[in-house]
Amino acid sequence: MGKLTDYVQNTQLWKSVFRHGYPDTPRNRTLAVLSNFFLHLHPVKVRRSGIQLSYTWCMGGLTFFLFLIETITGLLLMFYYRPTADLAYQDIMALREHVPIGIMRELHRWSAHMMVITVWLHMYRVFLTGSYKPPREFNWNVGVILLVLTLLLSFTGYLLPWDQLAVWAITVGTNMARATPFLGHEGPGASLISFGGLNFIHAGDDVRFGLLAGRFVGEGALLRFYVLHCVGIPLAAATLMAIHFWRVRKDGGISGPL
Amino acid sequence: MGEQIKHFVDWLTQPTLYFSLSVLAIFAILKFRAIFSKTSVIVAFFAIGTAFFVWAWDDPNFNRIITKPDNVPILILLASVVYFSWLSLHRAYINDERTKKGLPTLEGETGKQKVFTWPDLVYVELICMVLFLALLVVWSIKIGAPIEEPAAQARTPNPSKAPWYFLGLQELLVYFDPWLAGVLLPSFIIVGLCAIPYIDMNPKGNGYYTFEERRFAVSFFWVGFLLFWVSFVILGTFLRGPNWSFFGPFEYWDLHKLPPMVNVDLSTYFWFDLMGNSKAPADPLVRELPGIVLLLGYFAVLPVILQKPLMAKLFDGERRHLVRYHLMMHLLLWFGLIPIKMLLRWTIDLKYIVGIPEWFFNI
Repeated sequence: MGKLTDYVQNTQLWKSVFRHGYPDTPRNRTLAVLSNFFLHLHPVKVRRSGIQLSYTWCMGGLTFFLFLIETITGLLLMFYYRPTADLAYQDIMALREHVPIGIMRELHRWSAHMMVITVWLHMYRVFLTGSYKPPREFNWNVGVILLVLTLLLSFTGYLLPWDQLAVWAITVGTNMARATPFLGHEGPGASLISFGGLNFIHAGDDVRFGLLAGRFVGEGALLRFYVLHCVGIPLAAATLMAIHFWRVRKDGGISGPL
Repeated sequence: MGEQIKHFVDWLTQPTLYFSLSVLAIFAILKFRAIFSKTSVIVAFFAIGTAFFVWAWDDPNFNRIITKPDNVPILILLASVVYFSWLSLHRAYINDERTKKGLPTLEGETGKQKVFTWPDLVYVELICMVLFLALLVVWSIKIGAPIEEPAAQARTPNPSKAPWYFLGLQELLVYFDPWLAGVLLPSFIIVGLCAIPYIDMNPKGNGYYTFEERRFAVSFFWVGFLLFWVSFVILGTFLRGPNWSFFGPFEYWDLHKLPPMVNVDLSTYFWFDLMGNSKAPADPLVRELPGIVLLLGYFAVLPVILQKPLMAKLFDGERRHLVRYHLMMHLLLWFGLIPIKMLLRWTIDLKYIVGIPEWFFNI
């Protein structure tokens, strides 16, 4: 067995992928991190406190892991789902009834719930350890935006099953936009935006209409939320995540006492 | 005996008591942290909590709301928030005691040592991922994702609830109009969170748990996050039923339970009860003058009065920090408006401090 391992690790094929020996010496452990695209996110060495779960709670890492699960399960779900008012609900029912032992929708839904919780707990930990303090102010801000994007990802996904729960939860949520000051037709100041007695802000053109592509949660809203859920927000979140992780490194790694 | 306990729990969880007792609990825990940060306390909490669940499981009303598939995460939220709050307090207490004795903090002691990312960190990450994935797979096999009836514009379910993570904001709709509860206050939460690093000038407590070096910051975040966010989510999920009426955990969700709405505007109190008039002024600005004066005093005059003592306490009295001070006060005063409005609603049935429905301008 040892011989076989030696043989495999000395082939050109293996060496073309892994450019170092087994990581059991300081040199090879360093190379394991430096020469691996995924691991080079990490520094070669970290503070011992930075790997203690009682300090970090691992919530930021789990949030990212859940984002990956959501991406993979979401991609698989997209094969079976068509975002139109006629087909959306049918496709979800078909997924449940025609796919044996399928748990992709379950994984996607429960992971989404968990991601909201882990991202809140991550923020809680970062606050309680004062890790937003200089030099990490900017990265805290990136984190706040990522938290909002996580909620928006979950919110846009909530509509897609196109059942009663989905439509009415989104109705309750988006009804708030009606009351946006100046820009919602039931918001304070909206009536000021008028000319010669003609109101510019009404139910047919205010921010809620823009959000839903209609006066109520209908076909237009479904397509809009689908595109935002599957493409728009994930792209924005992935970009900001890259910045977030990069800044963790640049700002001195996982926080610890100065 | 069992019925009496159920009635007692139903009574205890009504919003007024639920909220007041939570405030007391948070400050008691922080004040007596020497006791509450002990390991036996968290063990006892989870033991009693589990025993309560086992005992309450057979109650049909309790069971119905607890076992809803989409409510499972809320129970996880409750348990994890309690545990991690305890853990942070536990470590903060140890650190504070060590600092008093002149010893380095827990993180200070281990933070000096460096370990290799491979294998120490990557293995922790791998184990976390595997365990978490296992949990999710088991959960997904055990509990199917719910699907309700197809969407129908004509049939409004009662209650209609926003997604669970927004239920704290939906709870605020009891006390505020949508332009505040749904637009302005959430925006201030985001702006406020972003502003935290630029307002908090305390250099201590960076990279380790502590309470004594950051008394105000930690207490504020406990109140803001635990009470006004997490506990409101739990209240909105488990204790708000049809018509957004309050239902105790053992109460049947009766569609016909409609609490009387007898809320009165401040202007009505002023012109009718205080001035003894039989008619309020027709001009809304004159009619709402008492409320407008109060709010101007609250938002514009109060920060100026408090400027000197608070600037001295928080920013060493340096005038270059004036912008930080006013930003902080503005955000804190909006936050403070929430408990103020809640108390006024509970005590004098106040509807609006300033109510100009003509312009959708109600506070």
